[in-house]
Amino acid sequence: LIYSCRKPKTKRAKRFLEKREPKLKENTKNAMLIKGGNANLTVTEVLKDIYAVKKPFAVLYKKKNITRPFEDQTSLEFFSKKSDCSLFLFGSHNKKRPNNLIIGRMFDYHVLDMIELGVEKFVSLKDVKNSKCPEGTKPMLIFAGDMFDVNEEYRRLKSLLIDFFRGPSVPSIRLAGLEYVLHFTALDGKIYMRSYKVLLKKSGCKVPRIELEEMGPSLDLVMRRTHLASDDLYKLSLKQPKALKPKKKKNISHDVFGTTYGRIHMQKQDLSKLQTRKMKGLKKRPAEKSAESGGVSPKKSKSG
Amino acid sequence: MAAVRVEEVLAAAEEQEAEKRRSVTVEKELELEFDLGNLLALDRNPPAAAGLRGDVPRREALLRALARDNTQLLVAQLWELPAERAGGAGGPLVARLPEPAFRLPREKPPPRPRPPTRWEQFARLKGIRRRKRTSLVWDEEAKEWRRRWGYRRAGGDPARAWLAEVPEGADPEEDQFARLRREKRERVARNELNRLRNLARAHRAGTAVPAAPLHPTGHQSREELGRVARVARVSTASLGRFQPRLPKEPAEPPSRSGGKKRRFEPLLGNLAAERSRQLELLRDMGRKKPVLDITRAVNKQLRQEEAEAAAAKGKKQSKRGKRGRRQQRVGRSSKRGARRQQQQRPAG
Repeated sequence: LIYSCRKPKTKRAKRFLEKREPKLKENTKNAMLIKGGNANLTVTEVLKDIYAVKKPFAVLYKKKNITRPFEDQTSLEFFSKKSDCSLFLFGSHNKKRPNNLIIGRMFDYHVLDMIELGVEKFVSLKDVKNSKCPEGTKPMLIFAGDMFDVNEEYRRLKSLLIDFFRGPSVPSIRLAGLEYVLHFTALDGKIYMRSYKVLLKKSGCKVPRIELEEMGPSLDLVMRRTHLASDDLYKLSLKQPKALKPKKKKNISHDVFGTTYGRIHMQKQDLSKLQTRKMKGLKKRPAEKSAESGGVSPKKSKSG
Repeated sequence: MAAVRVEEVLAAAEEQEAEKRRSVTVEKELELEFDLGNLLALDRNPPAAAGLRGDVPRREALLRALARDNTQLLVAQLWELPAERAGGAGGPLVARLPEPAFRLPREKPPPRPRPPTRWEQFARLKGIRRRKRTSLVWDEEAKEWRRRWGYRRAGGDPARAWLAEVPEGADPEEDQFARLRREKRERVARNELNRLRNLARAHRAGTAVPAAPLHPTGHQSREELGRVARVARVSTASLGRFQPRLPKEPAEPPSRSGGKKRRFEPLLGNLAAERSRQLELLRDMGRKKPVLDITRAVNKQLRQEEAEAAAAKGKKQSKRGKRGRRQQRVGRSSKRGARRQQQQRPAG
């Protein structure tokens, strides 16, 4: 148990520690948005907009923190442990790497993956004068472009972005509430991230026609350095506990048409001793009776 | 004539239907991959590069059109999910999402199952099951339901108890209140001891197996290999007693301390040894001469460094050959000079 060294003295402390310990079904990942020692206006605006998108599962640090994530990861790990955040977005700016964003995730409070992206163009939430969707909406995520499958780094970036923007895992969703979509296109070494507000228009059939309205942050990103986890560490982090696997029901099978078949296992039965009372169809007919008794004349049936 | 009109009407109706359906269908070369649990769609089609490399407004328009198409497909998939009206007939239409299929790494490693405590083992053996207790108890004096323990408990505040009966067979002179307090302290201490023992057992069980096995790609350190080899040797049925040693493996007696380098004496034990140790310490503190002889220490260090350098040089010579010898002659003289300086310093 996590509170082995110092037993919590209040119920509140115990709940706090229980929220942070490893569980079978995990909490929604929190993100921490940090400014580097030399963050400029663009990068600060980006962090503020991403915070607005990811509220309430994000923490925005107001002060500048002088660290270099690619050289020294201890301060990031310290922050992650203190605020229980496993995703981070670090913004900085210098001459060699202008408008730099480092997006990354943690496993067990240690850095798992980190990808450095440069922001080439940024349109903020404030600049687009359209109506916005409510805070905390689960966004629809769309990745376009074959680069996201072909290139290993782009694949990890895709996984990172899904992890970052996915939001809480819900069992059901209100169909009219699908308002927000994040679209990522990979082309020519650049990644275009656009956010749109979804308008569901009436169409003749059940499925509505979609119209999109530009809204929200739009970024043109270019991939710079990466620090990806080794394959075995990544595999270890993907490992799910066995208890989460759905229990397979035995003896049930489905065929192509959707019919469910089950098997019933019975003991060996003596068919001649089957209960056949009150089953008129199985009554012995006069012909059968005569064959059995070996020529004894059948009783005359009562008539009238 | 009427038949023709009917046909026309039907054709027109079908045309309308097709029109409506066309407004929500999208043509794509490759089918999209969907993960509805995450509201995710993956489009593998390479985007229209020509248009996107152009000027900015055209690019934005193209991106928006692409996004619209992809969103239409995703929404069509979502609308096909089994939906129901949440909260009665008038409630919103809610679709039941499947489990997220895209594998994402966990935040923390999965929790390790902890071994059962002593009580849990005993209960399982005896078949004792947990009886659910009511949270409130009827208090006769106050004539109401009170908590079992805590603030305003049934049976009054134990700190305010003004009467303590002397049980049968107890010493009449004994202070009963002190006895009650002492017994409570002992109970608390015993519970805490048992809790810590259970934790220690769980911790030991957890670290018995080498948690991080050998690195799969072969970057093992010498210590790691040694540790794993030692564990493997002891993992036989006879705990490694009859395990043959490798040709160059040194015969290692099992260390009693299990790898720990320092051994601590028990706190209360040999009083004479403790006394002598403390007196020695006082003696050393009161001495005028320093305990550490600097000259001897420095000489020892220098000798060690020389030996290391000689060993390294020997290895280098065998590796480099002619080239190495030529380079080293230069290096050797500079080292000698530095050492001569160092040796002269402590004496002066």
